[in-house]
Amino acid sequence: MVATTQNSGPDAIAHREWARYTSKQRWQRFGAMGLVALAVVWSLSTINVIWPWLWDAPQQMGDLFGRMFPPSLEGWKDIAWTLLETINIATIATFFAVFLSLPIALISAQNTTPNRYTLWLGRFILVSSRSVNTIIWALLFVAVFGPGVLAGILAIVFRSLGFLGKLLGEAIEEIDRAPIEALEAVGASRFKILIYGVIPQVMPTFFAVSILRWDINLRESTVLGLVGAGGIGIILQGAIDTFAWQTVATILLAIIGLVIIGEAISAYLRKKVI
Amino acid sequence: MLRIKELVKRYGDEKAVLKNLNLEVPGESVVSIIGASGAGKSTLLRCINRLVEPSSGSIELNGTELTKLEGKSLRLARRRIGMVFQGFNLIERLTVMENVQSGRLGYLPAWRAVSRKYPQEDIDRAFHLMERVGIAHYANKRASELSGGERQRVGVVRALMQEPEILLADEPTASLDPKTSRQIMELLRALASELQLPVLINIHNVNEAKEYTQRIVGMRFGRIIFDGEPVDLSNDAMDEIYAGVPAEERGGAESSTHLREVAAK
Repeated sequence: MVATTQNSGPDAIAHREWARYTSKQRWQRFGAMGLVALAVVWSLSTINVIWPWLWDAPQQMGDLFGRMFPPSLEGWKDIAWTLLETINIATIATFFAVFLSLPIALISAQNTTPNRYTLWLGRFILVSSRSVNTIIWALLFVAVFGPGVLAGILAIVFRSLGFLGKLLGEAIEEIDRAPIEALEAVGASRFKILIYGVIPQVMPTFFAVSILRWDINLRESTVLGLVGAGGIGIILQGAIDTFAWQTVATILLAIIGLVIIGEAISAYLRKKVI
Repeated sequence: MLRIKELVKRYGDEKAVLKNLNLEVPGESVVSIIGASGAGKSTLLRCINRLVEPSSGSIELNGTELTKLEGKSLRLARRRIGMVFQGFNLIERLTVMENVQSGRLGYLPAWRAVSRKYPQEDIDRAFHLMERVGIAHYANKRASELSGGERQRVGVVRALMQEPEILLADEPTASLDPKTSRQIMELLRALASELQLPVLINIHNVNEAKEYTQRIVGMRFGRIIFDGEPVDLSNDAMDEIYAGVPAEERGGAESSTHLREVAAK
């Protein structure tokens, strides 16, 4: 039998209308998209591009590459030495930052912080470390300790603290409560719960985040020299200032090589540890 | 001897989960607590070792009043109360031996806990118990590599490492398959008589409760409405215990009738 009524039976289901958005929602969405487009156009108009310079750019780049070729091997000893210095800055700084960030992570995680004041203290340290760029930290430490490797190491340590502490703190906040409950039930103290319940659970994150930060620090320490805080950046700056473009090319290639090797090592370690 | 008097637990301003509950468990008896979800079984067990704070009333274990304890004295009391969990609550990334030894954390100096230098007598005791439940060959495996039944055995051994005066088991078999679940119940019964330990088991499976325990306590809406031997648990008593199905489940039943009506149209 064919359905005889309009509003019930299986046929009624087949004729129901459905739309993902109501027409009001649809207009709101169009409106929002229009606003975004306007914002893009307006912000482009404020850049003040000097068009002749932009059209000129390919020619200038060709010219620069021409002067860089072939890369000069003169002074390779200096480059190799500062390259080593760069790796040292990154590694030593990561090492210290990892240890210093542990207590900060513990007090800035809601479930392990002793009280509200330590929570605020932890978060204050994290925010102040993260909101200042490595180069700015380096400028500060160069002003305090004079130019050199020490200023570079301190700059990287101070910037890394916020990164490591924040990610570790979040890992601590996301641990599984169940084993903690079991350890409370056997009468373990806070310290022992930390050792047996919290640390084993955040170990994988701890290693992953430390390796990632080492990788980032390697790249950041190549530019520290621009403000006099040690590493390969110092001779890069010197070469640019004296228009020694062929040396600049060698240094840039060396930095690229360093970053690729660093990437490979951290990928290998990540696979090994986790 | 566990003696609970006029125990009340209320979460926030809501209706009490436990209402003036009285229960006595003399030494060496295996008691199962049955009741629908939300009857307050879990809350009752967790009030005993204070994972949940009781609102009022008294809980006395072998002469010690548990409800007033704080800080260090609470930890000292807790190390004598073993607990087995539905979800096993092991530390997945640690080895079976470390998990088992974590039952001794209340007794162990911090340096031994950190360096994993456990006293020889604890290691002997651990191997003895692990041998007893059949997991000794897993001592160096990570807990995450074990099956459900094996993990629960680790949980039981961890609790027994505490040398407990009482063992609390919160749905110890609910995450296990029927066969493994019977093995764990059998194990709990055997261990209780070997170690002369009173055991309180929250359990959903009434048949297992009847088979493996000497005393059944039926709870409904935070009160004990049945307390007797398995043979006394008649169908009427069962109906009464499980009649008061909590609101959420009733809601589910209503919506399923609604679906049937729609389908009938």
